[in-house]
Amino acid sequence: MDGTITKEAIFKPENIVYKKTSLMTDNILSYCPGCGHGTAHRLIMEVIDEMGLESETIGIAPVGCSVLAYEFMNVDMQQAAHGRAPAHATAIKRLMPHKTVFAYQGDGDLAAIGTAETIHACNRGENFTTFFINNGIYGMTGGQMAPTTLPGMKSSTSPYGRDLKSMGHPIKMTELVAQLPGTYYVTRQAVHTPAAVRKAKKAIRKAIEIQQMNVGLSFVEIVSNCNSGWKMAPVQSNHWMEENMFPFYPLGDIKVDGKLVEK
Amino acid sequence: MEKELRLMKGNEAFAEAVIRAGADGYFGYPITPQSEVMEYLMAEKPEERTGMIVLQAESEVASINMLYGGAGCGKRVLTSSSSPGISLMQEGISYLAGAELPCLIMNAARGGPGLGTIQPGQADYFQSVKGGGHGDYRIIVIAPASVQEMYDSAKIGFDLAFKYRTPVLVLTDGATGQMMEKVYIGEQHPRLTEEEIKEKYPWATTGKSGGRERNIITSLDLDPYRHEKHNIKLQEKYKTIEENEVVYEEINIEDADFAIVAYGTTSRICQKTMQLAHEKGIKLGIFRLISLWPFPKKEIRELSKKVKGILCVEMSAGQMVEDVRLNSVDGAHIQHYGRMGGVIPSPTEIFDFFEKNYIKD
Repeated sequence: MDGTITKEAIFKPENIVYKKTSLMTDNILSYCPGCGHGTAHRLIMEVIDEMGLESETIGIAPVGCSVLAYEFMNVDMQQAAHGRAPAHATAIKRLMPHKTVFAYQGDGDLAAIGTAETIHACNRGENFTTFFINNGIYGMTGGQMAPTTLPGMKSSTSPYGRDLKSMGHPIKMTELVAQLPGTYYVTRQAVHTPAAVRKAKKAIRKAIEIQQMNVGLSFVEIVSNCNSGWKMAPVQSNHWMEENMFPFYPLGDIKVDGKLVEK
Repeated sequence: MEKELRLMKGNEAFAEAVIRAGADGYFGYPITPQSEVMEYLMAEKPEERTGMIVLQAESEVASINMLYGGAGCGKRVLTSSSSPGISLMQEGISYLAGAELPCLIMNAARGGPGLGTIQPGQADYFQSVKGGGHGDYRIIVIAPASVQEMYDSAKIGFDLAFKYRTPVLVLTDGATGQMMEKVYIGEQHPRLTEEEIKEKYPWATTGKSGGRERNIITSLDLDPYRHEKHNIKLQEKYKTIEENEVVYEEINIEDADFAIVAYGTTSRICQKTMQLAHEKGIKLGIFRLISLWPFPKKEIRELSKKVKGILCVEMSAGQMVEDVRLNSVDGAHIQHYGRMGGVIPSPTEIFDFFEKNYIKD
């Protein structure tokens, strides 16, 4: 022994403090470096893993950046038409009420083309969980204006900034679905700092636990960055998100135990 | 055992039949002239009879995507609608075909285009058999012509859907959907248990229990070469269906000099036209399409060689007639007679057209 520490000397079971869940595949993520999707995927899969629901879970991937979520989430998955994930989830959960079912959707998918499916699934109180990744832009198609794009925010289809008069207002879908009697738990989280990640994971776990109670839809928004679409470096995009997205989309629980949280 | 006989509307017979075919779920949206399907199902409470669920969705778009979700889990799921609603479902049908998912769709067609009318129509033939959605796909289309066949189409449709992992469309119209006839009610087939589904349909997303790899239901593949292979596989499947699933009925075709080609409601009306011809000593037969896709290509070719003329009767501007012409021998005398906008042709007007164009020249 020359005193050099070998890899084998470190990689011992007693030294492991963190391990990737087996419910994330080894496929290389298709997301841009710095994007929040990968963290959101991992948190959901960790919760499913920790709750022992691997063999009982069916997830729905949307159309958008996370269209390939099924390549990374190592559970049974369906890929839905644009905006229709809540329709898939509704049928699956009704036909197999004892399964854990979740829809994973972006803002264009959930809050524009799929608005009707989102609202009606929430209003019927379907017992599945929606994960809503809101980064205020259509990332997959190259940074077009989304239903959640902030006022004045530039995108490839609002190159001079979102003009509220001609382009309408950004829609606060999470506040909207919280108003519906069919939702039981509605929260808004982020995954850009270790503290936010810990909170988001708790919220994800709570949402899945509520699904098991059969009391209505649980809805978790994750406000995320899109450094490529916003044309910023990852760190810069996280600062921009804190300064601009969070004031418009404030983090925290909106509805708990079927009751709106008093502000 | 003596079979149970009932007097029912076509729509109701179809609804009763899907329960008895062991369906797991119905998802639909009201539209005339087929709303009786969901009304009958809601009144029957199939959840208490067999465990089948019924859900009134927020739209036809949601309904067809609910079918995708349910079919992806290996469940026997169906929807029903009428022409404008079926148009809304075309995107979903394309996805279902692409992801190779079995399901049953019933269209009690009405006159179009647009909101059209609520009276019967057969102008959805192109949409049904040529692939109304995007991409290279086909779906099996069967055309019942009686309330009994509406009933029978449920089990036949589900069986074909699962045999080939494809959507199956039952294309009827407002007339057959609304008319009442006697119908023999068949036995109750049990719904499959989850264990049976897992065994029979190992591709289904039922949760990856039993140590298997995860199942993925998708119509997407970003690798064009792999996706072309998927398309080739689909085309091979369609070829197999064309070779094995052609269904038709010949009525007095054996010694016919002339033939009417028709399907569904018009094929019933043409039986009276045929009688009128027989009364005048004219040998007129009927070739009735039952499977619209696969189309009876060889049989129509043989028919076109054998008879002096073919008259295609449809409640449309002439859609099926194109496939009849395409598959007939050159020089065959083929004409179309149709009414549009929800008008049902009478046997005598069809006979008058036939006599004028086929007999007196």
